[in-house]
Amino acid sequence: MEAQPIIAIKNLYKSFGENKILKGISLTVNKGEDLVILGRSGSGKSVTIKCLVGLLGSDKGKIEIFGTEITKLKDDELNKIRARIGFMFQNGALYDSMSVRQNLTFTLKHHIRNLTEEAIKTEIMEALESVGLEEAIDKMPSELSGGMKKRIALARAIIIKPEIILYDEPTSGLDTITSREISELILSVQKKYKTSSIIITHDMACAKMTGNRILILKDGLINAEGTYDSLEKSKDEWVRSFFI
Amino acid sequence: MTVYLKNIFIESGNMTQFTLRFFRELFKPSFQWREFSRQCFAVGCKTLALITITGFIMGLVMTIQSRPTLLKFGAESWLPSMVSLSLIREIAPVITALICAGKIASGIGAELGSMKVTEQIDAMEVSAINPYKYLVVTRILATTFMVPILVIYADFIGIYGGYIGYNIHGSMTLFRYFSEVLEHLEFLDLVPAFIKTFFFGFFIGLIGSYKGFNASSGTASVGIAANEAVVAASLSVFIIDMLAAQLTDLFF
Repeated sequence: MEAQPIIAIKNLYKSFGENKILKGISLTVNKGEDLVILGRSGSGKSVTIKCLVGLLGSDKGKIEIFGTEITKLKDDELNKIRARIGFMFQNGALYDSMSVRQNLTFTLKHHIRNLTEEAIKTEIMEALESVGLEEAIDKMPSELSGGMKKRIALARAIIIKPEIILYDEPTSGLDTITSREISELILSVQKKYKTSSIIITHDMACAKMTGNRILILKDGLINAEGTYDSLEKSKDEWVRSFFI
Repeated sequence: MTVYLKNIFIESGNMTQFTLRFFRELFKPSFQWREFSRQCFAVGCKTLALITITGFIMGLVMTIQSRPTLLKFGAESWLPSMVSLSLIREIAPVITALICAGKIASGIGAELGSMKVTEQIDAMEVSAINPYKYLVVTRILATTFMVPILVIYADFIGIYGGYIGYNIHGSMTLFRYFSEVLEHLEFLDLVPAFIKTFFFGFFIGLIGSYKGFNASSGTASVGIAANEAVVAASLSVFIIDMLAAQLTDLFF
């Protein structure tokens, strides 16, 4: 039986003024699959996932998530799709006027109304336990290190029990050890919550650890696609240069 | 010149859309009461001390400076009513609004600008939370309701300052001073002045939110958003005041 695509992008174009970022990319992510997107800075990786959640509008092309074409959806309908997607931003994007507890409560309460205080507390503790940061519950984002911010951002993404998680450079700006910890965390979240994911990264160790399949973007187009091992042995020198 | 004009039209169009969206979102359920009350508290707390000091000084200085002129005409007894009328009709609303433009519009511009730059607004959006409703509507409503309250407070403090100023050279009880003030106040002195303060508050919140919400990427844009918010909000206060004076003159 053919795998069911949970995300399908067809001929996606996006430009900012004269600057053409995406020039007709197409990709699919199947249920339970973890896709890594590699590419040089400015190749359109982050733009792709921002188009996926409607943060950026596309110029042309189709985006289907859970079988629904999202590019022409109204805000309310799009929000129903977004409620099933977790997004981990490059710098965490934690609400800096709120404590960790409030960051998680705020997100949870907007997704599931009428939750009791006890249920909220249980959900928060479960999410924090998943990222190993229960002790940070009453800290403010300014009191957290870069790695801790990313973990809390992941906790905020998983607290809504998403079916898809999009990671925008989850290990950028971290040292090697913390990067590995974050990659292991992503892997454990993928297994525990059975999510499908798209991971945008420059970190090859993270790509190897977290992805089933890798896409490489070049000048707004998909230049190569395959598993880590197959791409590492690619005949294309440019592709191999990512693996050095 | 053409580019400059084009930018003005684009900015005006964006601002109009932003304003229309405020009214659309305002009537959509559910209202963020907690955030609204938090913003009201912030607006009040941030400006209360400044408004107390400036309000008191305005009343005191106006009384001291007007006294010699009124003495020349033997009209010293008009001093309480004259000072209070000036305060209530013009000075307290405008000065309070300018203080709010400086403190609140810049604060909102910087806060929302930094939230935009650090992707916190995007994070709300992808979490299916309407950032406009949560951040913008609550802030605009908070300034719209709090500026009039602060103006009333500034009126009282200014009149009290006038009482202290009067008693530097003269002698009058507080009760008598307030009786003099109230005796000469009319409905038309209070209502137009009070109505315009809602517009002051609305535009202070609107401009601060617009500048912050539309800050471009990069930390420098946070400072630019805050700065532009103060300049535009202060200018809007004077324009609204001028329009209010014309309309009051026309209709009352």
